[in-house]
Amino acid sequence: MSKYTLKVNGQSHPVDVAPDTPLLWVLRDSIGLVGTKFGCGIGQCGVCTIHVNGSPTRACLTPVSVVGDMAITTIEGLDAQASHPLQRAWCELDVPQCGYCQAGQIMTAAAFLKTNPKPNDEEIDEAMAGNLCRCATYLRIRAGIKRAAELASTPTERPLATKGAS
Amino acid sequence: MKTLPTLTAPIDRRGFLRLSALAGGGLVLGFYLKSGNRALGAEVVKPVDGTEFKPNAFIRITPDGVVTLVSKQPEIGQGIKTSLPMIIAEELEVNWKDVVIVQGDLDPAYGSQGAGGSRSTPNNYDEFHRLGATARTMLVAAAAETWGVPVTECAAANGAVRHTPSDRTLGYGELVAKAATLPVPEIVSLKSPKDYKLLGTRIGGVDNPKVVSGQPLFGIDIRLPDMVYAVYEKCPVFGGKVISANLDEIKKLPGVKDAFVIEGTANVRGLMPGVAIVADSTWSAFSARQQLKVQWDEGKFANDSWEGFSAKANELSKQPGASVVQKSGDIVTALAGAAKVLEANYVYPFISHASFEPQNCTAVFKDGGFEIWVPSQNPGGGQDEVARQLGVPKEKIIVHLTRSGGGFGRRLSQDFVVEAAAIAQKVAAPVKLTWTREDDLRHDHYRAGGFHFLKAGLDASGKIAAWQNHFVTFGVMGPARDDPNLAVRPGSGASIDVNQFPSNFLANSLTEQTVLECNIPMGPWRAPGNNVFSWVIQSFLDELANAAGRDPLEFRLDLLGQKLGGPYDSARMTAVVKLVAEKAGWEPKKFPRGKGQGIAFHWSHQGYIAQVAEVTVSKDGQVKVDRVVCVCDVGAQIVNLSGAENQVEGSIVDGIGTLMFPELNIEKGRITQSNFHEYQLIRMPSTPAKIEVHFLASDNPTTGLGEPAIPPTAPAVCNAIFAATGKRVRQFPLSRTDLSWS
Repeated sequence: MSKYTLKVNGQSHPVDVAPDTPLLWVLRDSIGLVGTKFGCGIGQCGVCTIHVNGSPTRACLTPVSVVGDMAITTIEGLDAQASHPLQRAWCELDVPQCGYCQAGQIMTAAAFLKTNPKPNDEEIDEAMAGNLCRCATYLRIRAGIKRAAELASTPTERPLATKGAS
Repeated sequence: MKTLPTLTAPIDRRGFLRLSALAGGGLVLGFYLKSGNRALGAEVVKPVDGTEFKPNAFIRITPDGVVTLVSKQPEIGQGIKTSLPMIIAEELEVNWKDVVIVQGDLDPAYGSQGAGGSRSTPNNYDEFHRLGATARTMLVAAAAETWGVPVTECAAANGAVRHTPSDRTLGYGELVAKAATLPVPEIVSLKSPKDYKLLGTRIGGVDNPKVVSGQPLFGIDIRLPDMVYAVYEKCPVFGGKVISANLDEIKKLPGVKDAFVIEGTANVRGLMPGVAIVADSTWSAFSARQQLKVQWDEGKFANDSWEGFSAKANELSKQPGASVVQKSGDIVTALAGAAKVLEANYVYPFISHASFEPQNCTAVFKDGGFEIWVPSQNPGGGQDEVARQLGVPKEKIIVHLTRSGGGFGRRLSQDFVVEAAAIAQKVAAPVKLTWTREDDLRHDHYRAGGFHFLKAGLDASGKIAAWQNHFVTFGVMGPARDDPNLAVRPGSGASIDVNQFPSNFLANSLTEQTVLECNIPMGPWRAPGNNVFSWVIQSFLDELANAAGRDPLEFRLDLLGQKLGGPYDSARMTAVVKLVAEKAGWEPKKFPRGKGQGIAFHWSHQGYIAQVAEVTVSKDGQVKVDRVVCVCDVGAQIVNLSGAENQVEGSIVDGIGTLMFPELNIEKGRITQSNFHEYQLIRMPSTPAKIEVHFLASDNPTTGLGEPAIPPTAPAVCNAIFAATGKRVRQFPLSRTDLSWS
C-alpha cells in the first residue's frame, strides 16, 4: 500500500492504496465518487472517461501512481451546478436510456468541444468513436453535442429543467 | 366526466379498451370495473393523523401538495420509471413538474415487478389509469364535501380542484386530510384520450439529472458501511467443477479477507461451481484473482466447438427434422410442382447481451435472512432463487431494486444474485460481487446461434407455392442435468414457434426443428427468437420476390393479403407496411448500383413494425446504413413520445450493430472472446445519419416498445444490400460475407 494525495474536482483526497490501482477504483471505492463507471477495464468502452489536466483519460487504465498532483475532473466535478451545456443538452433532448455510459460520453464530448466548439457530424463521430453505448443512443448523443455547442455559444443561467427523482 | 352506474357485468380488459376508444367523440367516457382479482396496490394504508393521502400503494400526497408516485418496475433503460408514473399523473390531473418519482423495492403490494417481454406497459396500462383516476375522484369528492356542493360541479386540473360556479379552488395538499378519510371508490371515470395533456408528449427520463451528473443510481454504485468486495471465478467450460484451488496462497495476498470454493449445482443457469475471493476493495479482489489457480473438472462438454456444431447441423439438414413445429398442405407435392425452387441456408452465431453495467449484486446475510441490492429485471425471481438454493425463507429476503445499466434480457436471470448471496452467507459483512467484462462475455446466458435450412417453390405466376424451414438449434438437458429422464430442450429463445410468418399465409408449409445438445447457458436476448427469425424469413422472402421478378413491397403486400388463419393481424401489418413505403418513398429502382433500398416487417411482442433501410456499399464491400424509416403500430396510445422514439431508434441501431459486428466462437467447450477488443459492438461512426420513426395509432391495446422494433432491422438492411450489390447476406456478422462489387 502507498499513500497518495489526489486532486479531484478541486479537492484534496488522501488515499492509501496499492500503486497499481487504477484511478477508476480509487475514485469509486476509496473516495466514493461513483459517477465514473466500470465497463471493460481495458480502455475499449469509454465509460470510465475522466479528465486529467483537462485531457480525456481512461480511468481504468491509469494507475494511481502516475497521477501525482495532476488535476482530476470527474463527471461530478464537470460543473458545480451540473449545468454544463452538455448536461443541459442531454436533459433537453432526453439522450439517456439506461444511462450507464453517459458520464463517459459527456466527459469525452466536453474535452472534444474545447478543441472543436462547432463540430460537424463527421468530426463528432470520429471524436466519440471510443465511447460505446449499448443502448445505442448515438443519434441523440450526436444531436446532444450539437445542441451543447449552441448552448455554449449563447450562455444562459438556466438550471436543469427536469425535476430530480430518487 | 361521467360514470356508467348501470353497468354491473364484469367486462374484460379488451372490452374496456374498446369502450374507451369509442368514447373519443361522445359523452361516454372510460371507466374501470374492478374484477374479482385483487387490484394492484389495493392495500390502503390510511394514516391515522391525516398527514398524507395514500389511496393506494403507488400514490402519496402530502399537505405541502407534493405528489409522490412509486415506480414499481425495474428501470433498465426502457424508460418505464418515467412512463408508468406519467399514466397516473395524467389521470390524477397533476403537473408533471410537481411530481416526485421514487423507485419501489420488491413488495407484494406492487403486484408483478418483472421487466421482460415488453410487457410492462400492456400489463399495467389500464391499472395505472385506474390508480390515478381513483385518487383524483377522491380528491374531487373531498373538495365537494368541504364546500357542500355536488361533485358534478367540481373539476380537477393542475393539482387542484375547482368549483366552477363559485370559482373556488383547493389545492390537493389542502385536501389531503379530508381525502384520507373517504372510502376508496370501486368504479371511477377515466379521462377521455382526447383530453390527455401528458400522455403522448415528450417527457425526459426522471433520472436524467442524476445520470448526467454522475449521482449514485446503479447497482454497482451501492456502498454500505463495512462492505467487502467479491469476485467469483467459474470454469471456462460451462458447468465445470472445482477439483482444487490455491486458496491458501490467495488468502495471503494484499487486501484479501477470504477465499473459498462454492460447490454449486449442475444447472448452467443456476449457481455454477466456482471460487470466491473476498477483499477490501474491488481492485484487491481483481488483483488476487490474477494469482488464482484452479484445477477444474471440465466435464463431458470440453470438446464442443462451433465448428463441430456447424458440421453436425449441415449433416442433420440432410435428414428430416427431429420434430415438426408446423405443417400445412402437402409440401412434397407442392415443391415438385413448383415452377422454380430456391434453397438457402441462414446461419447466426451465439452472441452476448453485453449489458453495459457488468453483472453485480450486493448482499448481506444477518439474522438468518438476506438484504439484497440488485440491478435486476426480475427481482422476484431473485428472491425465489435465493430462497430455493440457499434454504432461506422468502419472507426473510429483502430485495432493493436499483437502476440497471442495460438489461436486454440478461438481468432476467438470477445467477449473479445467487452467487452474491452464497458468498454473503459465508462472510460477516455486506458483500458486493462485481463481475468483470470477461466474466460477463464468458458466462452470459447467450442468444443461441442457429442454422436454418430453407427451401421454397414459386408457381408460374410468381406466388409462393411451398415454404419449408428446417431449423437446427441448440438445447441443454433439463435444469437437473443429472436426471437422465429429462430430454434435451431448446434453450430459452432458441425454439421456433408455430405462428412465425409466413406459416399462416401459405397452403403448403413445413417448419421442422432439430436440437443440438450442448451445455451452453441460453437466455432471452431482446426480442428472443424474433431477433433472428425475422432476418431469416424476411431475407428469404426477398430472395423469392427477386426470383419471381416481383417488387419486394408488392410481393409482401400480396402475401399479407392471403391470410389463412392464426393470431397474426394482417390488416395491421398491411397498414404499417404501406405507410413505411410511403414515408420512405419506396422506389428501389431509383438507386444507382452500390446504393439500395430494402424493406422488412415483423410482428412480435404485440407490436406491428415495418422498416425501410437505405444503404451504400463501397466497391470494396464496406456497408454504410444511410437511413432507416420505421413505422410502428403498438396500439392506441404512445405514453411518452420521447421515450418511445428513443427505444425505436436504439432498437434500430442495435439491430444494425448486431448484424454488423458481434460474434462469439466456441472452442474446447468455452467462449474464445474475452472483452470488447474481440467482441465488437456498434460505435457512433456506423450509426445511420437518419432514422425516422412514425407511430400509427390503431384501435388496439397500448403495448410495449423495448423489443419489437429490433427484428425488422437486419433483414431490411440485408435486403437493401442485395438491392445495392446483388449479393445476399446469409450469415451474421456482415464481415463474413464478401460484399465487394465492380
